[in-house]
Amino acid sequence: MRLAAPIVALLVGLAVAPLVADARDEAKKQVEFGIRVAQRSLWREAIFWWERATKSDPTYAAAHNNLAIAYEHEGDLPKARQAYEKALELEPNNAMIKQNYELFKEINDRTTRKTGQ
Amino acid sequence: MTAPRARLVSSLGAVLLAVACTNSYEIQIETPIRPKLDVGAFQRVLVAGFLAGGTDDVDGNLETTRLLRSQLRTKSELRVIDSDVLPLMDVASEERTNDSGQAAAPAPIKDQKDLEGFEHVFANVEYWKKIGDEYQQPLIVTGTVMFTPLQKNQLVQREQEVYDSFGRRRVIPIRSYQERKGFSLDGRFIFIDGRSGTTLHSETFAEQVLYSANQTTPALSSYFELMDRLIPSFLSTLSSQKIKGTRILLQ
Repeated sequence: MRLAAPIVALLVGLAVAPLVADARDEAKKQVEFGIRVAQRSLWREAIFWWERATKSDPTYAAAHNNLAIAYEHEGDLPKARQAYEKALELEPNNAMIKQNYELFKEINDRTTRKTGQ
Repeated sequence: MTAPRARLVSSLGAVLLAVACTNSYEIQIETPIRPKLDVGAFQRVLVAGFLAGGTDDVDGNLETTRLLRSQLRTKSELRVIDSDVLPLMDVASEERTNDSGQAAAPAPIKDQKDLEGFEHVFANVEYWKKIGDEYQQPLIVTGTVMFTPLQKNQLVQREQEVYDSFGRRRVIPIRSYQERKGFSLDGRFIFIDGRSGTTLHSETFAEQVLYSANQTTPALSSYFELMDRLIPSFLSTLSSQKIKGTRILLQ
């Protein structure tokens, strides 16, 4: 009886693992496709695929990072900030996401700095 | 180099290393920045003139007016009106004379405080409406410019070669306070509706540049160096801009 709980947890884990892996695989494909279309300057299409990727696997930092870049390119700075922050929340030590975010902040600050009526 | 920029540069090395090790793609982007001010109602812009002070080596009123007009000509859709630069200092002095009944001789303007006594001219709706009517109701750009010499002691780091007892060379950082000279540029851009004479928007700025004390830099070139930093923000008030950059897509 004492062994029942760990065994159940193990079984649940084994059952869920393929689903998680499937979600990540699915998201990876969507991210990859988004990159290909972004490289052809089809940014709206890229946004569609990366948004789908973040839904397929909300823990996939790369998808949020790419989505942030696309929003930035489209001039939607509040959404870009949100997506960068989500990417950094998922992978706080990712130097590339940090670098993208720093560059984004420089532009964002320029649009809001020292103004007043 | 500013502290955030230095951090950015130092992290670039780490990023390049990471780029080499993971599936990532560098991509060019162009971020569109919407103008801070809706100028849809105007077809023309009049850079009228500025209340200026500070060093006598640069005429802040004339240079700022010329520079902003030339920038707007190439980077804005508004038609730039060519006219004589308004002697705003004299206009403000005259107003003071009328108000108090005494002649107010414009003393040399050496700092921001000296300027404050003249800034009431921006609130004179009638005056700006009259100017607006004269030029077919354009958007009017005016403001204050204070360009002053600056002297500061600043912590400076330099590298020094040292040799140990075996003759091995080492480079060690030496930090010391050094006298630095330069200029500061402070002020305000004010955007006035030429139809009503009212202020639509204003934007303050403060920049400074310091050089080593033995370096001789002409005041005018320092002025342009500092204005170069302000121009993107000024232009983004009136017209949409596209800022080019590079980002890293991840897989």
